[in-house]
Amino acid sequence: MSSNGIRDQVAIVGMGCTPFGERWDKGVNDLLLDAAKDTIASAGVTLDDIDAFWLGTMASGVSGVALSKPLKIDYKPVSRLENFCATGSEAFRNACYAVASGAYDLAMAIGVEKLKDSGFSGLTGVRPVGDGTDAALSSPAAFSFVAPAYAHRYGVDAEEMKQVMSRIAWKNHRNGALNPRAQFRKEVPLETITRSPLVAGDLCVFDCSGVSDGSAAAIICRAEDAHRYTDHPLYVKALSFVAGPGGGASDPDYDYTTFPEVVRSAQDAYRQAGITDPRAQLAMAEVHDCFTPTELVLMEDLGFSERGLGWKDVMAGVFDRDGELPVNPDGGLKSFGHPIGASGLRMLFECWLQLRHEAPPERQVATVGPGRSLGLTHNLGGAPGECVSFVSIVGPEPSA
Amino acid sequence: MTGNVSTGILAWGVYLPYWRLQRSAIGATLGGPSGRGTRAVASYDEDTTTLGVEAARQALSALAGDPPDDLYFATPAPAYLDKTNATAVHAALELPEWTGAYDLLGSVRSSVAALRAAHAQAATGGTRGLAVLADLRTGLAGGAEERDSGDGAAAFVFGPDGGDAPVAAELVAHAAVSAEFLDRWRTPGESDSKVWEERFGQEVYVPLVEAATAEAFKRAGIVAADVDHLALAGLHVRAVQAVGRSLGTRPEALAADRSSVVGNLGAAQAGMLLADALDRAHPGELIALVVVADGADVFVFRATDALPAVRADRVSRGATTVAESADAGRDDLPYARFLTWRDELRREPPRRPDPERPGAPATWRVTPWKSGFTASDCRACGFRHLPPSRVCLRCRTIDEMEPVRMADVRGQVATFTVDHLAYSPSPPVVGAVVDFDGGGRYRCEMTDVDPDRLAIGTRVEMAFRVLSTAKGVHNYFWKARPVATAADEGTDGDRGGDA
Repeated sequence: MSSNGIRDQVAIVGMGCTPFGERWDKGVNDLLLDAAKDTIASAGVTLDDIDAFWLGTMASGVSGVALSKPLKIDYKPVSRLENFCATGSEAFRNACYAVASGAYDLAMAIGVEKLKDSGFSGLTGVRPVGDGTDAALSSPAAFSFVAPAYAHRYGVDAEEMKQVMSRIAWKNHRNGALNPRAQFRKEVPLETITRSPLVAGDLCVFDCSGVSDGSAAAIICRAEDAHRYTDHPLYVKALSFVAGPGGGASDPDYDYTTFPEVVRSAQDAYRQAGITDPRAQLAMAEVHDCFTPTELVLMEDLGFSERGLGWKDVMAGVFDRDGELPVNPDGGLKSFGHPIGASGLRMLFECWLQLRHEAPPERQVATVGPGRSLGLTHNLGGAPGECVSFVSIVGPEPSA
Repeated sequence: MTGNVSTGILAWGVYLPYWRLQRSAIGATLGGPSGRGTRAVASYDEDTTTLGVEAARQALSALAGDPPDDLYFATPAPAYLDKTNATAVHAALELPEWTGAYDLLGSVRSSVAALRAAHAQAATGGTRGLAVLADLRTGLAGGAEERDSGDGAAAFVFGPDGGDAPVAAELVAHAAVSAEFLDRWRTPGESDSKVWEERFGQEVYVPLVEAATAEAFKRAGIVAADVDHLALAGLHVRAVQAVGRSLGTRPEALAADRSSVVGNLGAAQAGMLLADALDRAHPGELIALVVVADGADVFVFRATDALPAVRADRVSRGATTVAESADAGRDDLPYARFLTWRDELRREPPRRPDPERPGAPATWRVTPWKSGFTASDCRACGFRHLPPSRVCLRCRTIDEMEPVRMADVRGQVATFTVDHLAYSPSPPVVGAVVDFDGGGRYRCEMTDVDPDRLAIGTRVEMAFRVLSTAKGVHNYFWKARPVATAADEGTDGDRGGDA
């Protein structure tokens, strides 16, 4: 695919993120305001300084008024976007392009979701009037095809596969335990994970990400203006977004062991950022671990592991917080929680903390240092065979 | 039934659902005496329309030549009022739009009207008529109706001889008597019938049946002893048993009613018994079908020389005999689940949103897909799309698609999942990715399936079911189910196993 990229043209100069979780105490408007307040404070600006806004939410509000009204924004452009679970990343991407184009000096991308007020378990969507022919499978069921397919293709026996999945959940819970903003802040023993009740296929409760409320935001300016706002901006190295043809469920050649959309968006992002060896060049990655087998397959689709060997890297601790390439050091969707519209920006928020050495010492990753300072965020939306994928790469230094 | 060309049954099908309820399970739960044997139970996703579709699919699968000109759908338990149910059957069968589709609703005797209408069309118009008889009977918990009745459907194509399909059983004569009296009744909306004292009904029925039989035999020019197969249908069991002894037929002619296995199928019982006789009759033998309902109807059929060949053809196309279908069910349905399926037991719903009602325009636009399970093949590269697509997934050619009906194509499970979270009236939902013989893949729900016995490679066929009912709208679509018969013709056993 062809994309020109906007490497080093824009920078993040402020970020904020609310605690995620069952936020019975906060409505959508409160969450938006809390995230926006933290973010403008982080950049040292006022709302009035911001020229344009991009609001990402899947189902917690419609139109720009969903943001302009609670924040009392004075007659400025506010766009509302939705792109499945990659909604927050989509808000960020569009804000970056608007600034890179020169149309605006300062833009805010903000994502929010209020899932818990529905009163239901799991995700509930608002869909247009349909013809009634869509299979009624839940999201965990749609992703549950991945684990047995992977195990079958690469000869991993069922017991081993279960251990691999559980270890991913264990790692992300362990990371989240140290994160005050995370929904679940407890380490969970491996056997508890493995023995938790089945949700769909081989997926247990602990293989699924947290259903939560939350909001996160970023302020973006042109790279050359970044130091007006902060001594430590994060430069945007790559932004890639793809939507697939959505034919996986009809395609006998699709085998559920990969997300082709992720492969494409990763290749594009690496090309934009000049990355040739992501496992060595990236200092950390925040990836879309909606279910544990998703994270496993992402390790291969994003080029962190050889095809068919991701499971061995997982078991060897390569992606642990103190591993060779820390993945989801903030706890990921699994433990930090997954308020749809906010998740993409939450991933960037962790890069904002880690790459600028602002994470508390007990959870600062050791991989960030001279010569190795890039972070990747990966955000997936949809289901295997029918999804969108976003990859960004950010770093604290302009490229040489 | 007069004239030069004989008319009669060209093809038939019987559908008995997968599930059987052991009568002992009722007694075990409620206390009190337990009955013996089982009854057939339609699954939570079946109604009389889907039962009828299954029977009619079987009938039409073995019918060469023209499709029926008219379809008559009879049931006392319709899925809809005001709206025609036969049109849903018509759509699922993908009959031509000029085939008429009509309901005969309400009474058990409607089934006779459907048979007569389908035959009259053949006899007077020289065209083919399809009669579909379906019933789904519930009754109150612990009652005789719940215990002794059953669910099922039968379908018959009537037509003139001499076309592509020969008459397998010629209708020789029919006679009816009608009588107004209160034996069994039900007001609309109720699931349980009321009956008057049994002995009263017997007193009234027996002479009516004897009169109708005598008249039918007279019109056929036969005597009772000539009858080789006597099929007696009726919900008044004592009356039916009494006439079995009083009509003067040979004792060995009396056909077993299979009620100990499937129960009394109500409006479908006459159809099941007629089909059962057709499964067994030799050329030239006489079949008397007696229907005891608000009077009596007697049909006299003569098996033709073509019957054995028609039967062999049915079997070769995967159709089963009544005996095989009756014995094939799964008999460990818990009584509590039966009560839940029939809305007799209110259960805590899952914490998931209720299913949405499908939109009428959106549904109408995709009728060939939704009702007929019609996919599209790309004319440029041959790729098969389920659901149909205007743009080819493989070669991206636009609007060069050929419709292809997949409802009767078998396939095998490429991968599957058991979904404990998705909404279902009978959780868990089993979802499967199916690779169809000859190409095409689709992800759908499964039904009539034991997840513990499901595996990659399991052979499946498609079944027309109710996906959900919301705001009074039944959302009909197709699910996959394991192929019930052992003799599946699948040859490509290794395909799709890598998913």
